[in-house]
This record gives sequence, structure tokens and C-alpha cells, in this order.
Amino acid sequence: MKSGIEFVSDDLRKLQADDFANPGMLWVARGEKIWGEAAGNGGKSCAACHGVAAKSMQGVAARYPRVDPGAARLVNLEGRINLCRDRKQQAQPLGPESDELLALTAYVAHQSRGVPVSVTLDMQNRKDFERGRELYNRRIGQMNLACTHCHDRSWGKKLAAETVSQGHGNAFPAYRLEWQSVGSLQRRIRACFYGLRAEMPPYGAQELLDLELYLAWRAGGLPVETPGVRR
Amino acid sequence: MFAAVAGCATSAPDAVLPYRVDGDAIRERLAAAPGDAARGKAVVVSRDSNCLLCHAVPDSGVRFMGNVGPSLEGVGAQLTEGQLRLRIVDSMRLNRETKMPSYYRVDELNRVAEAWRGQPVLTAQQVEDTVAYLLTLR
Ligand code: HEC
Ligand code: HEC
Repeated sequence: MKSGIEFVSDDLRKLQADDFANPGMLWVARGEKIWGEAAGNGGKSCAACHGVAAKSMQGVAARYPRVDPGAARLVNLEGRINLCRDRKQQAQPLGPESDELLALTAYVAHQSRGVPVSVTLDMQNRKDFERGRELYNRRIGQMNLACTHCHDRSWGKKLAAETVSQGHGNAFPAYRLEWQSVGSLQRRIRACFYGLRAEMPPYGAQELLDLELYLAWRAGGLPVETPGVRR
Repeated sequence: MFAAVAGCATSAPDAVLPYRVDGDAIRERLAAAPGDAARGKAVVVSRDSNCLLCHAVPDSGVRFMGNVGPSLEGVGAQLTEGQLRLRIVDSMRLNRETKMPSYYRVDELNRVAEAWRGQPVLTAQQVEDTVAYLLTLR
């Protein structure tokens, strides 16, 4: 099993490895700032409950997405952060792909850098997982291809100028040159839907969460790289 | 002539005309006019068809070409007109697991984006033009 970083150019590999040059670190720094700021009617910051992120958040991102016991549904890291905003900070949820949500998510996930991805399957997430696996293997769009056709059966090959990777999510949120920004795993997956000329699920859709869970399971053991750098 | 597609709810009335498969080929033209190789080259090179995402066509002059599929160099000598036609129209008829998209098909596709729903990737005439071009690759 290979991380996507093994399929990018030397330049990008160096960029990701150098914390001073990695553009994703700007979002991480911004997230660190937001971590310490009080928000909402609760008047609490993330730090007020969780203290030092380097300690309390270490390894957390590697276990997501997971079923939140209170909400009784599958949530990804972004969703979990918004649950805290709602329940503890009594603040408005942060919008999908907003700079603030990306910054906080990148900051929290960054605390797991190097930790192997490891989601456990159980009775609670089994259905989500099965749906994710089914969608991953289903041909979609006018191009009539499934994720598996590229990311299991064509990795290492060239799709025009791009080398197809195994399609793992361990680098996300990641900075993409094409976006000139950090983006979420859902944004990356939606880009593949778009390329296939398939109807894109909206951000936060159950289908995307299901896919995220399936991807996390198949990436089991790969180290979290956030913030990754990609084309 | 339209009977074969009449029962298919997803296709626009004349988006895809019926055709007959003989063995591993479609022998008859899909369109009235014969294919034009120069127009076919334009189809293969264009971003709408995506051929070069997966195939190398040295004759195309394009810089970045993929290798998810085999090089099409010499394909005109290896396959007949009818064989080429079926491979472009619907390779899944030859191999259920193929990575080659079905370029002239509208039914049994999943969640096609609205902008493309009910339309094949290529028109019948574009398929013919593409076949004519591939036949020149010898
Ligand atoms: C036609 C080929 C193709 C299909 C089908 C496809 N992808 Fe991709 N995908 C790519 C390419 C090309 C990239 C960019 C290079 C790379 O990292 O693989 C990519 C990137 C990704 C990445 C980022 C990997 C990284 O390390 O940055 C993920 C995750 C991903 N795809 C998931 C999916 C999912 C889920 C599906 C199905 C809904 C899918 N892909 C379908 C071609 C495809
Ligand atoms: C997403 C990848 C992809 C795209 C896009 C694609 N092909 Fe293919 N093509 C393949 C693969 C893979 C094969 C090998 C046969 C198989 O897998 O069934 C193939 C096979 C073929 C063959 C048969 C070659 C042989 O030697 O048997 C022809 C002809 C062909 N493609 C033409 C085209 C044309 C023309 C286009 C664009 C209009 C195109 N392809 C677009 C992946 C692709």
C-alpha cells in the first residue's frame, strides 16, 4: 500500500516535507489561532475544553470518520468540530470548505501526523461501510467508471500528465496547486465525480461520509500526512 | 427502426440509434455519411472525448498522453472497421470489467450529471469519424 505522496513529483514531495515551505502550514497556523479563541454564546475556545492540542488531539484524526454516540450517525473530522461548536460553544456551524473549518480541521489532523490511519468496523458503522464500499465499486457518470477502476486497477499509470495513485485520503485536508488552497477530502472526491461526469453529492452528504469511511479503512496503516501537497 | 430504444426511459428519443453486434464487431455504419478521418482526429484530440487521457496516439502531436489503455499506434492495422466501432461504442459488451468508457450509450448508466444525462459522449457521426481516423493509424 502506497500513499499518494509516492506518486507526486520530487518538487511536490519536497514542498510537503518542508514545514516552512509547505503552503498548507498557513492553514495549520490559522487553525492554531482559532483553537485558542472563544466563540459563540458558550464563550469557550477549543482550548478551554481540550487544552494543548498536541496532546489531546494526537491520533484523533486517524480514527475518523466515526459514529458519534450523541448524534448516532457517522461524522468526519469536520463534522465532529461542528458538533463541538454546536454543543459546547453554542456557535453557528462553520460552512463546508470555509477557511475557518479547513484551518481547524487541518490543525487538528496535523496533530496526528505520522500516526497510522486506523478505523475499526463494528455494528454501528457497518452499514455506512458497506454502502461506501458499494459506491466505490459502482460505475458512475457518463464516463462509466468506478473508483476501483482507477485507484485499484490503474495506479501507477498515467492519466494524461497525472500519475494515478491508490486514492487514499491520509493527506487531507491537503493543499492542491489546482485549487491554490487547502481543501477537504470531500472536495477531492467530488473532483473525481466531476471528472467522471457524475452527479456530485453535496458537501456533508451521507454518500461522501460513507466513501470517506471506506477510504479510511482501505488506507489502514498509512501515516496521516496533513497537510499534504498535491497537484 | 426506433423500436429498440423506445422502451428505454433514460434515453432521449434519438440520442442513440439501435445497432447490431456481430461477434466482436458492429459492421454497419451508425450514421448515413461515411466517417471523415480529419474530423475524427479532432475528436480524438479534444478534451470532450478524453481519449488521450488514457491512450497514446503518437500521430496526435499532443504532449501529455496517458497509458491506462494501450497505445493506439498501429491500431488501424490490428482491428477492422467493425471491431473499432464496437470498441468505441460499448467496450463493456466485450469485457464487463473494461476501463474503456462506453462512448455511444445512454442506458444503464448511474448518476450521470444533468448536463450530460440522456446523451452519449459521442454522436453517431463522431463515432464514424473516429473510426475513420483510427483506421489511418497503421
Ligand atoms: C478516471 C480515473 C479516476 C477515477 C474513476 C477516480 N479517480 Fe480519484 N483520482 C484520479 C486522479 C488522476 C487523481 C489525482 C492523482 C492521484 O492522487 O491519484 C485522483 C485523486 C484521488 C484522491 C486523492 C489521493 C491523494 O493522495 O491525493 C482520492 C482520495 C480519490 N481520487 C478518490 C476517488 C474516489 C473515492 C473515486 C470514486 C468516486 C475516484 N477517486 C475515482 C483519477 C480517478
Ligand atoms: C479511462 C480510460 C480510457 C479512455 C478515456 C479511453 N479508453 Fe480506449 N481503452 C482503454 C482501455 C483500458 C482499453 C483496453 C481494453 C479493455 O480494457 O477492455 C481500451 C481499448 C481501446 C481500443 C481497442 C484497442 C485494442 O488494441 O484492442 C480502442 C480502439 C480504443 N480504446 C479507442 C479509444 C478512443 C477512440 C477513445 C476516445 C474516444 C478512448 N479509447 C478512450 C481505456 C480508455
